[in-house]
Amino acid sequence: MDLLRFTTAGSVDDGKSTLIGRLLYDSKSIFEDQLEAMEESSRRRGDENVNLALLTDGLKAEREQGITIDVAYRYFATPKRKFIIADTPGHIQYTRNMVTGASTANVAIILIDARKGVIEQTKRHSFIANLLRIQHLVVAVNKMDLVDYSEEVYNQIVKDFREFASRLDNIVEITDIPISALNGDNVVDKSKNMPWYQGSTFLYHLENVYVGGEENHVDARFPVQWVIRPMSDEWHDFRGYAGRVAGGVFKPGDEVTVLPSGFTTKVKAIHSPDGELEEAFAPQSVCITLEEEIDISRGDTLVKTNNPPNVSQDIEAMICWFSNKPMPTNAKLIVRHTTQETKAIIQEVKYHVDINTLHKIEGVTGFSMNDIGRISLRTALPLIHDSYRRNRNTGSFILIDPGTNETVAAGMII
Amino acid sequence: MPNYQLSQLDQLEAEAIFILRETAAQFDNPALLFSGGKDSIVMAWLARKAFWPARMPFPLVHIDTGHNFHETMTYRDEFVELIRATLVVGSVQESIDLGKVVEEKGPNASRNKLQTVTLLETIERNKYDACLGGGRRDEEKARAKERFFSHRDDFGQWDPKNQRPELWNLFNGRKNPGEHFRVFPLSNFTEMDIWMYIQREQIPLPSIYFSHERDVFERNGSLLAVTEFLQAQDHEPVTRQIVRFRTIGDATCTGAVVSNASNLDEVISEVAAARQTERGTRSDDKRSETAMEDRKKEGYF
Repeated sequence: MDLLRFTTAGSVDDGKSTLIGRLLYDSKSIFEDQLEAMEESSRRRGDENVNLALLTDGLKAEREQGITIDVAYRYFATPKRKFIIADTPGHIQYTRNMVTGASTANVAIILIDARKGVIEQTKRHSFIANLLRIQHLVVAVNKMDLVDYSEEVYNQIVKDFREFASRLDNIVEITDIPISALNGDNVVDKSKNMPWYQGSTFLYHLENVYVGGEENHVDARFPVQWVIRPMSDEWHDFRGYAGRVAGGVFKPGDEVTVLPSGFTTKVKAIHSPDGELEEAFAPQSVCITLEEEIDISRGDTLVKTNNPPNVSQDIEAMICWFSNKPMPTNAKLIVRHTTQETKAIIQEVKYHVDINTLHKIEGVTGFSMNDIGRISLRTALPLIHDSYRRNRNTGSFILIDPGTNETVAAGMII
Repeated sequence: MPNYQLSQLDQLEAEAIFILRETAAQFDNPALLFSGGKDSIVMAWLARKAFWPARMPFPLVHIDTGHNFHETMTYRDEFVELIRATLVVGSVQESIDLGKVVEEKGPNASRNKLQTVTLLETIERNKYDACLGGGRRDEEKARAKERFFSHRDDFGQWDPKNQRPELWNLFNGRKNPGEHFRVFPLSNFTEMDIWMYIQREQIPLPSIYFSHERDVFERNGSLLAVTEFLQAQDHEPVTRQIVRFRTIGDATCTGAVVSNASNLDEVISEVAAARQTERGTRSDDKRSETAMEDRKKEGYF
């Protein structure tokens, strides 16, 4: 069985919670005691029907205010796949949550209310999915029951969306599905109300969409996390490098270079408690030993000698600002990139992006919460990196405020 | 081009090992909270793998309520030996004897709440700056928003509205002196994943996870075991039944389920068919709708 991570964004009123509730309910992932607890809360609040949003809105403050203020993770499985849903709020003030949810997703669900069509929120979610390089979009045109299951209405929305999406260059595949989450049309079971729709149901699509090619299996990258030295009688001289393969494939005998030092040696073996492995690929966590003793520590990266990454202190990137404290000019920050941490300064803000219109806003300084824009970053130590487009693992970073230790921004290297 | 695809269990394992190594690397003095329950058993097993062939670079910490099923205690000592770990015990009884906490009274008295005090004291005494916990996001609604690296202030409290965002594989464990972290490597495992992983890895478990005969009685919808720590009241008839436990906590608040599942395969088919969450058997969660969130804010596991 494999694993699919998808992200949804939206507010309660566009039916997102109902859709998730429907998926969990119809795939029998809601348990009786959860349902009872939900019915009990709904009764206490005076809701007419069982409020499925109560299932996803887990925190007390959210239930009191009826809003979703954070990313919630939901799990369900069918005989074909296990699913992890990163469920995020959709209002503009939660851009940072949408970015967080999208950072680990294979598929993004864009919900459109059939009565409203393509609106700003739709564009915002699509832009973020594109920025984070989610290659598969599912456009779920919801509340079809409220437009009499009209094919014309659906076709117009699909046309409008495609027109807008032609400007999103990272999306590989867009799948449109007309649904009614409330009544279950085309969610798990095929709708009898829309005989004109020939495509797959929402769940069938999620079960079958191919997302195999998302990890980079070409450029071998191994950021060292931890040095394993047992210093026991049995493993007297053992010195292994523990880490998670961030790209490509490593095999015993491969010629590798240690960056940033530049020493070259060969992979001796790839270890696991269950025996030695013939190869290691992303995203496996393994332990590698080398032919020669070289001084290597956390933050160093092993790469294949014939395929080096970029090594530079000057980084061009898109960032999303997370903190409610605006960024002062030339702020000194800490950058965390793979297993490396170093000081950094934002030297220039080139532009912001209006995420509703996709227009560039030039002549700006600094960042406020939820701003997205392009920067030049200067780091104290060189970052061993690829572009985010080429490799999510070696092309992403976070910025930390050294005064508060808060994560204040997320970045994607251009 | 070969098919470089990992199964869901391999992906979850790789993720958990990555988190365990990050914890060892980013903190000065981490510890692994070990309850003897299946989640902390799986976590300790993964820790053995993460640092193999070296020993894991942190101790297992057991907060002993003094109200444990004796099967759990026997198992604990054998398992610690098997994975070559060191064990540190924090005792709730000691906290009571020292007058730091007052035992609850009445038939529903539980030491579940008291163990938070003992836990925070054990953390402080040993200066642990990160505690690895076996919590899973699918367990309970407040946990669905928990981070892998969860920040705690100087008072050990969790502020759910002010959590650090977590993106990609980048985890921010920076902190001020006095603060610490809870780290949850199994966040993305579900109950079913845990069982399937135990089966695949052939991890030994405490015997009470499998069906056995036991004296039980019903209270507030839970089937509780008669032990030296918990007695039935006059109006609560005691019956002898074939039961097993889906979670293992304090003997005073962990409910049993009637079950004939006597091996892993049978347990897995039972879990697959279950219509109640495993926490449905925990009376400590039924105290109020936000019982878990309230306890977590105070510093519960």
